[in-house]
Amino acid sequence: MNGGGSVEAAEAVAEASAPVGAPLQLEWKFAQVFGERTAGEEVQEGTARSMARSRWSAVLFIDVDIISAIEFDRTGDHLATGDRGGRVVLFERTDTRDHGGNRRDLERMDFPINRHPEFRYKTEFQSHEPEFDYLKSLEIEEKINKIKWCQSANGALFLLSTNDKTIKFWKVQEKKVKKICDMNVDPAKAAGNGPLAVPGMSTSSKTYTANGGCLDKTLGLGNFPPGGASSLHLPVMTSIETSLVPRCRRIYAHAHDYHINSISNNSDGETFISADDLRINLWNLEISNQSFNIVDVKPANMEDLTEVITSAEFHPTHCNILAYSSSRGSIRLVDMRQSALCDSHTKLFEEQEVPGSRSFFTEIIASISDIKFAKDGRYILSRDYMTLKLWDINMDSGPVSTFQVHEYLRPKLCDLYENDSIFDKFECCLSGDGLRVATGSYSNLFRVFGCTDGSTEATTLEASKNPMRRQVQTPTRPSRSLGTLSRGFRRGADTSGADTNGNAFDFTTKLLHLAWHPTENSLACAASNSLYMYYA
Amino acid sequence: MATIDEPLYPIAVLIDELKNEDIQLRLNSIRRLSTIARALGEERTRKELIPFLSENNDDDDEVLLAMADELGVFIPYVGGFEYANVLLPPLETLCTVEETCVRDKSVVSLCRIGTQMREQDLVDHFIPLIKRLAAGEWFTARVSSCGLFHIAYPSAPETFKTELRAIYSQLCQDDMPMVRRSAATNLGKFAATVEPAHLKTDIMSIFEDLTQDDQDSVRLLAVEGCAALGKLLEPQDCVAHILPVIVNFSQDKSWRVRYMVANQLYELCEAVGPEPTRSDLVPAYVRLLRDNEAEVRIAAAGKVTKFCRILNPELAIQHILPCVKELSTDSSQHVRSALASVIMGMAPVLGKDATIEQLLPIFLSLLKDEFPDVRLNIISKLDQVNQVIGIDLLSQSLLPAIVELAEDRHWRVRLAIIEYIPLLASQLGVGFFDDKLGALCMQWLKDKVYSIRDAAANNVKRLAEEFGPDWAMQHIVPQVLDLINNPHYLYRMTILHAVSLLAPVMGSEITCSQILPIVINASKDRVPNIKFNVAKVLQSLIPIVDQSVVEKTIRPCLVELSEDPDVDVRFFATQALQSTDQVMMSS
Repeated sequence: MNGGGSVEAAEAVAEASAPVGAPLQLEWKFAQVFGERTAGEEVQEGTARSMARSRWSAVLFIDVDIISAIEFDRTGDHLATGDRGGRVVLFERTDTRDHGGNRRDLERMDFPINRHPEFRYKTEFQSHEPEFDYLKSLEIEEKINKIKWCQSANGALFLLSTNDKTIKFWKVQEKKVKKICDMNVDPAKAAGNGPLAVPGMSTSSKTYTANGGCLDKTLGLGNFPPGGASSLHLPVMTSIETSLVPRCRRIYAHAHDYHINSISNNSDGETFISADDLRINLWNLEISNQSFNIVDVKPANMEDLTEVITSAEFHPTHCNILAYSSSRGSIRLVDMRQSALCDSHTKLFEEQEVPGSRSFFTEIIASISDIKFAKDGRYILSRDYMTLKLWDINMDSGPVSTFQVHEYLRPKLCDLYENDSIFDKFECCLSGDGLRVATGSYSNLFRVFGCTDGSTEATTLEASKNPMRRQVQTPTRPSRSLGTLSRGFRRGADTSGADTNGNAFDFTTKLLHLAWHPTENSLACAASNSLYMYYA
Repeated sequence: MATIDEPLYPIAVLIDELKNEDIQLRLNSIRRLSTIARALGEERTRKELIPFLSENNDDDDEVLLAMADELGVFIPYVGGFEYANVLLPPLETLCTVEETCVRDKSVVSLCRIGTQMREQDLVDHFIPLIKRLAAGEWFTARVSSCGLFHIAYPSAPETFKTELRAIYSQLCQDDMPMVRRSAATNLGKFAATVEPAHLKTDIMSIFEDLTQDDQDSVRLLAVEGCAALGKLLEPQDCVAHILPVIVNFSQDKSWRVRYMVANQLYELCEAVGPEPTRSDLVPAYVRLLRDNEAEVRIAAAGKVTKFCRILNPELAIQHILPCVKELSTDSSQHVRSALASVIMGMAPVLGKDATIEQLLPIFLSLLKDEFPDVRLNIISKLDQVNQVIGIDLLSQSLLPAIVELAEDRHWRVRLAIIEYIPLLASQLGVGFFDDKLGALCMQWLKDKVYSIRDAAANNVKRLAEEFGPDWAMQHIVPQVLDLINNPHYLYRMTILHAVSLLAPVMGSEITCSQILPIVINASKDRVPNIKFNVAKVLQSLIPIVDQSVVEKTIRPCLVELSEDPDVDVRFFATQALQSTDQVMMSS
């Protein structure tokens, strides 16, 4: 009856795959870019939809194309991005093996690695539309907050996408476009329509099926082949080409009073959670009209509200464990086996405040904007405004390591507060092998840190075709000595400051969203409306 | 043109519409697949229609679902059971689609066809199909395969049987939890066809694997298998193999698993026999009744009566009753509510003495529960107690409970209690009712909420039915008719509604003497809504009263109303007049 047991089980699994040795620092190279805006060109020629929007205003146009979510699927063969315009764009990997491979292996998500991943545009669809909540007089933006891939089946791709209020389950499948010929009643002659569009037929034929056998003179009966039953034949289909058809299969709506910040699939393949500021709901993928509230932090009196949920994720293998982070910088581990309502956590991860360091901004910058489980489920990576922290779920006294993302901004917190940048929600990610972590910063920069024992890897990259342009030699940092308590370690302090290259930091170009390929050292990151891919 | 066989034309259209752009038309064609098949004849159905369906299976799910359903009853159209195997290929592909409901329907249809197939055809066609699905590339095919084994297994030769058991065992260890869940769900059905010797070895080892699965969702389904397997095994084997598992499950770390055990436990008692029930299952059940998790207690409390029915009364009194007492003061209202809905059923099980001594205090405390659902659940099952101890012992506590519910501020609670009033009246008898409840029934007619007034009007009618017109004439009708003078027109409308319901019960004489004058009087109301309702009521009274009364009283009144300035009043009055005309014509 104690959830601690199942957490211990997680340790046992994690133990075996704990990272060993300090790998070499990676050399990151530019791989691809999608939707790049060339210098001086404000409006990128794009789809008809974008063009239509650009008529209203250029500002609006740029806004809707800004990428707001990135997610690789479990195999790494597909990548999805969502944007502020409610659109989901899918990319597929082009450099992998022939598609005739054993699918069962794919489901197990292991396949041979060849080269660095290369992707191509696959398809896109409008996932969400702007809506208006008439009861609350609130506009609901179409912006995609999160995308999660689900188990694929029969060659069809499945994914969940969510905006602030509504989660949708999408199926994207290749369908043969078929042409029908050889009909019994030639519609072309009968109703004067093309071979595919037969509205005239449809309406009049209804009277037929209803009355069974009454003749309608408007149909050209002269085309009906004589010869009794033997003349009846089935339509012949000739397939011309295939096309990808996205279809919304289910809509999970009306379950959140506040804005949804995360969704996460369970390893059981049948459930997922959605989290808003105050609640976490559990859904069955097949049931869209009910969900169970499993976490509710809403106080009886809203004036007593001290923290909100900022992110939530299921454990990658243990179906009963989930973690959620809060605006006060804590991460809670919940065991769904213990009770139906998981308001009381099993474990709490929090860093003790260093005495005397408190300032006006302490609480604001402590807010965790994103958490991610490592693939083995033992470690949790969290991102707050200034740092990345790696937590071992077996150690709740403090993080295993802390990485400074942009320490040079500390003196500027006041400015960042003034222009609201301090509330930016940066995402974080771990490499598939769990050896490195990455997160974004301002000026389209992102940072990659090695997180194994003794690793000093701390790379700064720029989301551009020349990622190493901003690379600065990081000063020597204290290496981790054996036996010391790892709490309070600060690594990767980029003391070189903002203006090494003479550039002022640009708070408007922030790299919030990025994702690490599940099996290879490949990163996808979103700089405004462009998707940059790097490999090492 | 003239030579065309006319009935063929709609069929030609149906066939063409199998591929129409409009999904509704495709659906319509698929639903009438049997019509098409009859027109084509058996041979062409086999050689053309079925292959056509097999090829065209990338349609929308609604169409595929309909197709899976139709194919299940298609044997007569392909030429009888000796040709049944031609139906397998289209269903096989439907078994692999991603939409669960289509797959499930295809499996059902395949099972239906399989049971009609000849033994040799099963071996030649059905078993290879199972093997193909079980080895399917995508999990969807493997999920479907699990539901087919029990059809083919009994007719399979020995070598195939061994193979099928091995494949099933493989499916229970599949990488995908979806496949393991399907295997766990279908294990009971498959086990029922397996020979006892293999049941104890192969099936039990599969079962044990499932009970130790990492995924809660798989273990949950294994719990369901316990009861099914328990019934198949000899009692001693059941005690040896199933009992330890279920006792283990009853202490599982996951509350969902314990919840399932709480729901299923009583079914196992019969399978293991009285002694293990006493020594193992009763303690397990008692633990579940005292579980930390309210959801588990809700499930356990809901099965208290079923469980006690299996036990002998002594055991129930000794072990279960103390828990029931605790549950009656449980911190969760849902637990108390679940208990209240079944606890009355324990009275016949325990007998009169134990009920009075032990259960009655619990009933009474639940009747005073702060949560209205709990009280309602007790009241709704009152008849079961009445049979054992009589109502007298309860009635003293009952009345305050009813009065409180009758005045509850939530109208749904008031609605619920109104619906039990006729039941209570029949249980309590006329005397009790006259004293205490009569006034309440009148009060509801003046409720602020329409649904309550509506239900109250119905209630008045049902009471009249229960106690007869004479009683109603004394105790209900005058009071109801009094209310017609209420200053608020909505209340007057309620009375009109009540009157129209009462009239058929009271009969012609009372209707003419008491009810009709009031209604006629109401036709002079200043509110048009009352007036057109009068027209409607008068129309409903026509069949009840004498022809002469219609002529003398109802018709003149309606004629007057049909000249009313208000358009709605005129409309309903005219309508009513027409029906008086019809009555006259027919008579």
